[in-house]
Amino acid sequence: MTATVRRRKRPGNGSRPATRPLAKAPTGIPGLDEITNGGLPRGRPTLICGGAGCGKTLLAMEFLVHGALEYDEPGIFMSFEETTDDLAENAQSLGFDLRRLSARRRLLLDYVQLERDKLTESGEYDLEGLFIRLGQAIETIHAKRVVLDTIEVLFSGLSDRLLVRAELARLFRWLKTKRVTAVVTGERDGEHLTRHGLEEYVSDCVILLDQRVMEQSATRRLRILKYRGSAHDGNEMPFLIDDHGVSVLPITSLGLAHQASSAHLSTGVAGLDAMFGKKGFFRGNSVLVSGTAGTGKSSVASHFAEAASQRGERCLYFAFEESPTQIARNMRSVGIDLEPWARRDLLRVHAQRPTALGLEAHLVTMHRLIDDWKPRVVVVDPVTNMIAVGTETEVKAMLARLIDFMKLRQITGLFTSLTEGGGAAERTDLGVSSLMDVWMLLGNLEANGERNRTIQIVKARGMAHSNQVREFVMTDRGVVLLDVSRRADGSVAIGAARDARQPPAPGSDPKPRRRRGVK
Amino acid sequence: MKNGARRTWRLRLYVAGHTPKSIAALANLKRLCDSHLAGRYSIEVVDLLDKPHLARRDDIVVIPTLVRTLPAPIRKIIGDLSNVERVLIGLDVLPRDDEE
Repeated sequence: MTATVRRRKRPGNGSRPATRPLAKAPTGIPGLDEITNGGLPRGRPTLICGGAGCGKTLLAMEFLVHGALEYDEPGIFMSFEETTDDLAENAQSLGFDLRRLSARRRLLLDYVQLERDKLTESGEYDLEGLFIRLGQAIETIHAKRVVLDTIEVLFSGLSDRLLVRAELARLFRWLKTKRVTAVVTGERDGEHLTRHGLEEYVSDCVILLDQRVMEQSATRRLRILKYRGSAHDGNEMPFLIDDHGVSVLPITSLGLAHQASSAHLSTGVAGLDAMFGKKGFFRGNSVLVSGTAGTGKSSVASHFAEAASQRGERCLYFAFEESPTQIARNMRSVGIDLEPWARRDLLRVHAQRPTALGLEAHLVTMHRLIDDWKPRVVVVDPVTNMIAVGTETEVKAMLARLIDFMKLRQITGLFTSLTEGGGAAERTDLGVSSLMDVWMLLGNLEANGERNRTIQIVKARGMAHSNQVREFVMTDRGVVLLDVSRRADGSVAIGAARDARQPPAPGSDPKPRRRRGVK
Repeated sequence: MKNGARRTWRLRLYVAGHTPKSIAALANLKRLCDSHLAGRYSIEVVDLLDKPHLARRDDIVVIPTLVRTLPAPIRKIIGDLSNVERVLIGLDVLPRDDEE
C-alpha cells in the first residue's frame, strides 16, 4: 500500500484573487516570531530538524507552553522518546511547570513507547491506534497545537517502512483537517535533513537547528529553510537556551536599517561636549572609550550615566569589574554622585562577573534587561572583560548584535575598553572600534616626572570634532578638561609645562582676533 | 514450562471498528487459541472506536494489537495475526527447542 502525495498546481486561470496573508500561530519565543513574521503557519505542520541535543524538543515544548499560557491554545505533546516525567523535569529547569499546565488541561503529555524488541509483528497492521489516540487527546483539551517528538521513531519501531510512510502521509493530511498547528521534530542525519525524509510530508515550514562547538564554546544556530507563502529571513540566527527558555537573536534581519538620529546627547563633561562641536554624541550612537588601566574610563562613563539621569532618562550600567557599591564609592570620590539617581530608579547598575556566564548568555541577559526596563542609555564597563569568556571574534560578533539591538531602539551605548599597557594603544581596540560611531582614547602622558591624563577623539561619525589631544584632570567635580596651551612651536604644553606658561584666565583670549571677512 | 498446564492466558485484542484486518485478527486468534490453548484462555476485544481513551491508557499505536496481560510479563503482538508461528513465539506458547 503506497500513497504518493503529489501536489498539483492548478491550471492557471490568469487573474488569481489576491492571496490572503497566511494565518500564523505565534510561538511566543523571543526573536522567532520576528524572523517568521508572526509565527508558524497556522493549522499546518512545521518540521523542526537538527542533530541530537540541538534543542528541538525544548523549542517544540516552548511553542506549546506559550500557546497554552499566552494564546489560549492548549497543546498536545506526543513524545516518542522521552517519558512524560523526563519532559516535565527538563521543562522545569526552564521554569515551565508542565504538571500544573496538565492539571489545568492546558497541556497533555503523552509518551508513546514503541520498542521493536518488545513487539512481535504478525501480519498486516496500520497506525489507526495513533490517530485515535491523538484525536482523543485533541478532543479532551480542545487542543489547537500538537507536537510530535520525534515521530521518526516509528521507523525504527516498525519493520514495514512502506506502511509507515503511507501512514505518515495520512497523518499529516489528517492533522490539517483537525486544524491544529503541528510541530514535528526530526533527527538530522549527515547530508539528509532528517533520517527518514520527514521533510517530504511537511511542505509548509522547515526550521533547522544546529549546534557547533567553536573555540570550546557551543553556539546554537537556527535557520528557516522554507516557509511557503511567507516572507522570512533565511539567514542563520544564533539562539540560546537558558533558564528562561529559548530566545533567538535576529541579528541580520536588523541590518543597518535603523534610523539615524540627529538629536544630541551631552557627554556629561562640558569640555568634552565642546570637543564634539559643543553638542556631545548623537542619540543612538555607540561610543567606545578606551585606555589603559587607570586612565579614567569609568569616570567618563559615569559622567555620561549621570547626564542621562539628569535629563530624566533611564540609564542601565553593566559593570563587569566592580560591584555597584564599589562604583558608587569610587565615583563619589571624584564628585560624581550616582546614588540619588539609583534611588529615583533612573540608574540601575547590573554587576556580574563576565566568567559567570557564557558569551551568548551574557548577550541574552543584557537583551532581556534592556527589553524589560527600556533604558535610553546603556553603559558597558568594560566590554573587554568579555574577552575572558570568548575569543575576540566572538566578542566582536556579540557586540555587533548588541549594538544593532540598541540602535534599533535608539539607545545610546557607551562601552569602555581596557587597553593593554605597553603595546600600541590603538591596536587591541581595532577589533571592536569599527562597530563604534565614536571612539575616544584616554591616555597617560609621562614626561618631566609627572603623569598627565589625556583624551582624544579618534573618530566620530557624522560629527565635526576636535583633533586635539586634550589634557584633563580629575577634580572633586569629576573630569575637567583643561584648555589648550600651545607653545611657540605649535606643540601642546601639558602638565607643569602648561603651568609654566600661563594658566589662561577664563574668558580671556590669548590671541588677538584677526578681523576677517568683514566688508 | 512444566507448570504451564494450569496457567490461563488472558488476552486482549485492540481493534478499531470492523475492518478486514480486525476481523481477520480475531478469527486468527480464536483459531490459534483453540488449537494451542484450549480451555486455558480468555479473549477480550477492545474496540478503540468505542473506547478511544484506552489507546493512551494502554499505550496502543498500532491496530490490531494483541496484548497478553497474563501470564506476566505483558507481551504485545501487532498485526492481523496471520503468521501463526510469530504469534505463538510472541505469546511464548511454544516451548523453545533449547529449553526442554
